[in-house]
Amino acid sequence: MSTIVLPSANGQSTGATGKFSEPVRRPVEPVGRYFLAHAARSIRGHTWSEYEQLEAAKNAKLVDESEDNGLDLDDEQPEDLLTHDPREWKTADLYATLGLSKYRHKATTEDIRVAYRDAVLKHHPDKKAEKGGIDQDGFFKIVQKAYETLMDPIQRRRFDSVDKNADVEPPVIKSEYDFFEAWGPVFASESRFSKKQPVPQLGDKETAKADVEAFYNFWYKFDSWRTFEFLDEEAPDDSSNRDHKRYIERKNKAARDKKKTDDNKRLLKLVDRAIGEDPRIKMFKQLEKEAKAKRKWDREADSRKAAEEAKAKAEAEAKAKAEAEAKAKADKDGKKKSKEAAKNAKKKNKRAIRGSAKDAGYFGDEGKAAAIDAEIDLLLGSFDDVTLADVAGAITSDAKAALTKAAQELISAGKLPAASIKYFV
Amino acid sequence: MSTVIGINFGNSASSIAVATADGKADIIANQDGERSIPTALAYAGEDEYYGGQALAQLLRNPTNTIIGFRDYLGVPFEKIDPTSAGNGAKPFNLDGKVGYKIKRSEDKEEILTIDEVVSRHLTQLKLSAEDFIGSSIDGVVIGIPTNFNEEQQKALVAASEKAGMKVLQLIKEPSAALLAYTTNVNELAKDKLYVVADFGGLRSDAAVIAVRSGIMTILETAHDYELGGAKIDSALAEYFAKEFEKKFKSNPRNNHKSITKLQAATITTKKTLSNVTTATISIDSLNDGYDFHSTINRMRFDLAARSVASQMTTFVENIVKKAGYDTLDIDEILLVGGTSFVPKIAANLEAVFPESVKIISPATPKAIDPVDLIARGAALQASMIESFDEAEVKEALQPVIVNTPHLTKALGILDAEGKFVQILRSEAATPVRRSIKVAAPKGDALISIYEAERDIKETTVEQAPKEEKEEDDEESDWSDDEDDEPEIIREKIFVPKAKIADLVVKDVSEGATIEITIDINKNNELQVFAREDKPDATVTKVKI
Ligand SMILES: Nc1ncnc2c1ncn2[C@@H]1O[C@H](COP(=O)(O)OP(=O)(O)O)[C@@H](O)[C@H]1O
Repeated sequence: MSTIVLPSANGQSTGATGKFSEPVRRPVEPVGRYFLAHAARSIRGHTWSEYEQLEAAKNAKLVDESEDNGLDLDDEQPEDLLTHDPREWKTADLYATLGLSKYRHKATTEDIRVAYRDAVLKHHPDKKAEKGGIDQDGFFKIVQKAYETLMDPIQRRRFDSVDKNADVEPPVIKSEYDFFEAWGPVFASESRFSKKQPVPQLGDKETAKADVEAFYNFWYKFDSWRTFEFLDEEAPDDSSNRDHKRYIERKNKAARDKKKTDDNKRLLKLVDRAIGEDPRIKMFKQLEKEAKAKRKWDREADSRKAAEEAKAKAEAEAKAKAEAEAKAKADKDGKKKSKEAAKNAKKKNKRAIRGSAKDAGYFGDEGKAAAIDAEIDLLLGSFDDVTLADVAGAITSDAKAALTKAAQELISAGKLPAASIKYFV
Repeated sequence: MSTVIGINFGNSASSIAVATADGKADIIANQDGERSIPTALAYAGEDEYYGGQALAQLLRNPTNTIIGFRDYLGVPFEKIDPTSAGNGAKPFNLDGKVGYKIKRSEDKEEILTIDEVVSRHLTQLKLSAEDFIGSSIDGVVIGIPTNFNEEQQKALVAASEKAGMKVLQLIKEPSAALLAYTTNVNELAKDKLYVVADFGGLRSDAAVIAVRSGIMTILETAHDYELGGAKIDSALAEYFAKEFEKKFKSNPRNNHKSITKLQAATITTKKTLSNVTTATISIDSLNDGYDFHSTINRMRFDLAARSVASQMTTFVENIVKKAGYDTLDIDEILLVGGTSFVPKIAANLEAVFPESVKIISPATPKAIDPVDLIARGAALQASMIESFDEAEVKEALQPVIVNTPHLTKALGILDAEGKFVQILRSEAATPVRRSIKVAAPKGDALISIYEAERDIKETTVEQAPKEEKEEDDEESDWSDDEDDEPEIIREKIFVPKAKIADLVVKDVSEGATIEITIDINKNNELQVFAREDKPDATVTKVKI
């Protein structure tokens, strides 16, 4: 045995830190010497108040020994079941026989056991004979068959497979009904046959599309354990007639296979019908259609926009091009004009400058008129456009000063040799 | 000193036991050497037969042979299960109670009430006991099912007194059985959680019982009236009937005599198969003049009884569930009742319950015969209270003494690794006092008292990857699929939930041991004491 080692204290101090859970009062078994010692200890020198005694009796948690299991069994069986031919027990409602018609495939084995016991107590022929009632020996045989069948998991499946009373019929076609109220129970009931559990249920108006789709997907791929052996024709259990036995067996198998196929078809049809009537599917389809239309419109809106844009762009481009061309032309024209104007202005300015000396009477130096004119020509040839315009402006007040100034500037700018200017210095 | 015995009064069989000087108990066999005495009375002329002799009358004299009547006592006719009466005399409604019409002679019918039948049976048991002990019996303790109601108890007490035996106490069958078992192996003082499963002839009963400081508390019970040895008998009889039918083209099921013969022989064969692995069955003139001789091995028998045996396993599993426990919580399963002799039942339980659960079956070394347990427990109880007078016993059985507070959670400490160490188990009845000794570090040691809850920890162990298989050896591939499933290891752990107190033990010397005591008194006050395990050590204590 490994020893238990305590931890070291680390600043804790001795003291209570909480309470332990309130004990529950239960009866102990009054057997054995330890109990007797407990009793002796308790009794010794003790008297209890009446209150204490009552409390101890009242507040104890006792083991539940009730037998009914809280089961809601049928009060009684219908007359036709009570008088059902026991040889034909397979056609009897075995759940109703045991009073379990409210439970059926949902009854637990414990429920079946409790129900059977109840049925034995009620329907055993030794009980009935007492009451002088009709001979229900037959019914008790069915009770026993019901118990045997329902307690055997394989047999029970076979019976559950053909328990019509657990079926919920689909709503009558073209009748008026609420889709969910009418079909919900149908699918709930069919669910019992599914190998896969849990089974998705119908849901309601609000069920999300993905769930509705998963629901129909599941039901279209429904994997059923339903089996039809229970309806087999009894094969004679004697070896004398092997051929006949084999014949019956073959016949049974064929019948079972057919029933199975039919049942699968039946379910498919059921699902087809439900999906056809399902308002959610209609709604989803409608929404889908609208969404598609919108998508299409959206998709087309794009190309529409693109076309418009292309058109606008082309137009804009054309316009821009025209404008550019016009502008270019205008520019060209303008340039020409201004060139010409400038030319003209230049000519005019040159003329004005050339004429200015003569107009001013050659500044009193008429004798030097030719030299002055020659010098002016020289200057004019050296002027740039700006100087030309400046000088042309300046000559109007004092031609000689303006020309002299211009000549000096040209000389200092090195554009004219100083020697070439004799007059305007 | 008065002479007192214990009685197990079953539907199928009864037994008598008497306490011995060494504090144990012995079964008393009747004059025919029967230790398990068939619960049966038969009348032929002036003679009354009981036990095996009465049962033997079932074939020739069924309407005057009364069997399976224990559960009829104190129950209105409306509520009885007539099938318990089997092939014997039919119960009839006698002023609302069960009665029997017995033909003593051609023109003499005797009407017996159920109370009279039980009283006569108990008288026979008493005579057998007196014959064995050699003195008259003064008092008796009788085992009863946990669901025997007040009416049934009253009727049983009255029937016993009428038989001349004062009932000292009626005790519950599972408690009696557990008392006998724990006394025999000297384990009553050990805290354990038991399932006592009683597989009888007509019904099965089970109880979950906590034993704390030698005191038992029944936490849950279950009953199944459709499960018992008789069901195994039917399954086995059907197996033989088929064989017989195949051989002789004669159906033995339609004839009362054939059925009774077949059943009696089947039971003998069944019992033989509990001890050896093959058995014969031999019936002269079973049906249509044909004799039936056959052998059967245990494997075939197990097959025939498979459904019943597996229902029994489920029955035990279910009561554990119903009690709110996990199979890991159960320490031992004590098998009681004659049907527990069938080896398959213990084998099934061993397969279904975790290895930690001990199954006490006839195969367990030192085990007491499952049919002896109840009578032995009753005898032990009888010897313990024999010296008390009636008033004292009555006083001890008052609710104020019997209905005691029980802890709902385990109480204990945390060790140096922070792990919870249990001192008091849940379901311990209070007042209670319990100590443990632990090692402590030098210096100041810390004792933290916690309340803890049991939890089941599941660990998934991936299987070691198998060697890659060749693509083409498909055949062997699918067969061991299951082995690839990861294995889940479940274990029981305690999770400390609420701290109740801290105790610091100061200046602990090197290598010291500390004794910790939790004490809950009758006023529900909890005290913890801690002291170094040496003379004159100071006591640290906390009161809550
Ligand atoms: N050795 C055995 N092997 C198998 N079954 C047995 C054996 N001994 C007794 N039984 C069966 O046990 C059942 C009786 O159980 P028991 O506990 O004595 O009866 P009760 O129903 O009175 O509690 C009967 O069905 C009997 O056949």
